Amino acid sequence: MTVVARRAPPSRDLGGTLYVFAAGLVVVVVVGGILFSVLLSAFATSWFGGWFPDGYTDRWFRAAITDFDIPQILLSTAFITLAVAAIAVVIGVPAAYVLARRRFRGKAVVQILLLLPLLLPPITYGIPLATMLYEFRLAGSAAGVIIANLVPALPLVVLLLTPFFEQIDPNLERAARVLGASPRRVFTRVLVPLAAPGVLAAALTVVVRTLALFELTFLTSGPDSTTLVVALYYAAFAPGIRPSQQIDAMAVVYMATSLVLLLAALRFVNPTNMVVRVRR
Amino acid sequence: MSAPAARHEAAESAPALARRSRRGLDPTLLLIAPAALCVLGLFVYPFVYGLALSFQPYGDNEANGPLGSYLAFFGDPRERLSIWNTLRLAVPATFIDVAVALPLAYRLRRPVPGQRALGALFVIPMTLGTVLIAEGMLQFFGPAGWVNKSLLAVGLVHEPVRFLHNYLGTLISLLISDFPAVFLLLLGYAAGIDPALDKAARVLGASWWQRTRRVTLPMMAPGIAVAAALSFVATFSVFPSAVLVGNPAGETRVIAFAAWQAAYERFDYSEGSAIAIVMGVIELGLVAAALSLRAGGYRRMRTEGAR
Repeated sequence: MTVVARRAPPSRDLGGTLYVFAAGLVVVVVVGGILFSVLLSAFATSWFGGWFPDGYTDRWFRAAITDFDIPQILLSTAFITLAVAAIAVVIGVPAAYVLARRRFRGKAVVQILLLLPLLLPPITYGIPLATMLYEFRLAGSAAGVIIANLVPALPLVVLLLTPFFEQIDPNLERAARVLGASPRRVFTRVLVPLAAPGVLAAALTVVVRTLALFELTFLTSGPDSTTLVVALYYAAFAPGIRPSQQIDAMAVVYMATSLVLLLAALRFVNPTNMVVRVRR
Repeated sequence: MSAPAARHEAAESAPALARRSRRGLDPTLLLIAPAALCVLGLFVYPFVYGLALSFQPYGDNEANGPLGSYLAFFGDPRERLSIWNTLRLAVPATFIDVAVALPLAYRLRRPVPGQRALGALFVIPMTLGTVLIAEGMLQFFGPAGWVNKSLLAVGLVHEPVRFLHNYLGTLISLLISDFPAVFLLLLGYAAGIDPALDKAARVLGASWWQRTRRVTLPMMAPGIAVAAALSFVATFSVFPSAVLVGNPAGETRVIAFAAWQAAYERFDYSEGSAIAIVMGVIELGLVAAALSLRAGGYRRMRTEGAR
């Protein structure tokens, strides 16, 4: 009987690599095709039968800017997303610190309560919340939209930052205390510098998510407090009223905004953090 | 991941703990109060408020007692159907995305040419959001869009395929917008699997199929369950794309749309809240079922040294 020394066949690896590139190609074709056809259409004079538009113009952008009041929408989008991120960080950072460092009665309850808004569909709590905000006459204003978007943003910050604080060695704080630093000094001189990268990443993640999150803003916004994504939905929801190129122009504005943010985010954030990891 | 935390907590000196318990409350704990109040006021209270509201039927439903809003939802075949319409989209979208992303994530543990660019490529749709993807599909998948033009040019079809304003359109949009999160979660899990295990199985003579079935899949099982559960959470709440590229009056009248319609078109906040709560219960129930399956499976298949 002869023993044939078989090398592990490289075919599996080749197959895997081919699969990766095939999937990449599909994404490029589908997502690229979607984005590129929106982009072309937004600049098209008209685009009926052919593979490409009949001519190019920027008038849809000029029309969109006045018709949809894009400066106002961009302004309120920036205000709302930044306010949500700022409030979520201010409230969430201390909570994450406590959850990382202390054991206390009811900790499990707090953790479950923080996980629930991320697990439930936004519509589920959004409708009762919006009804309540209408009672308090907050819905329809920027304040109402900010409050609604805080519900998933705050837990996200806490969840992202708790493991981050766990990684910071408590001996550093203890050493600072032993050397005579006041709790406030420990906070500003030790904790804040150490936590800054994580906090920045969490804030950017909240901005990106709030920009893309549709339901809560949709349920609570008024004419002066819509974000880009809701404005785009309303534009696309009523086709026929405006030429499709004008809606595409609006989509390009949204696309450009989120791509700028994505590039900013990718500098600081590991994309794996944008989805919530359920840790065990 | 939780090991350092345990160590830090254990590292707290005994006198410190004693001091704290004598004092009663640790002042540091107050730092969590704003977040707790926020969650209580903005999430728990509205939820309880909605629950109470759902048992106070409005209009015609008032005659049917406190359960009137629920009876109205389950009693109307058209309304009831929205549950099925949603599951019919969310379950296949979740399965397809997990099935496509799993080999991808597993292969990307080890470097391929252009690793970073590929990773970024698969994540892009996440930042675009469902609304933009649906809006863009109107052009790209439309009767005169590039997809249909290509299919016609190749001769695969003789008239444009209807991709839009139906079940197919909504499913495609869900597949695209949900894929990045599934991929990233699975990638995180795959990265944690020791490549030596696969190598050992190969050295011991296991075939590709045996290694996949006996080594890779059991190791990935917890990741698959979590990714599927979170993907289901996202796809089950499908709303904008069901309207923009679906047929919200018919086959893609999803439950989120039914809830919105009740509350914002009929101004029946009671039934709107009732449908929202039914939606939450179904979703959490199915997620809990999936995750408990995972817990059982994980215990059965647990390998020594895994996590």
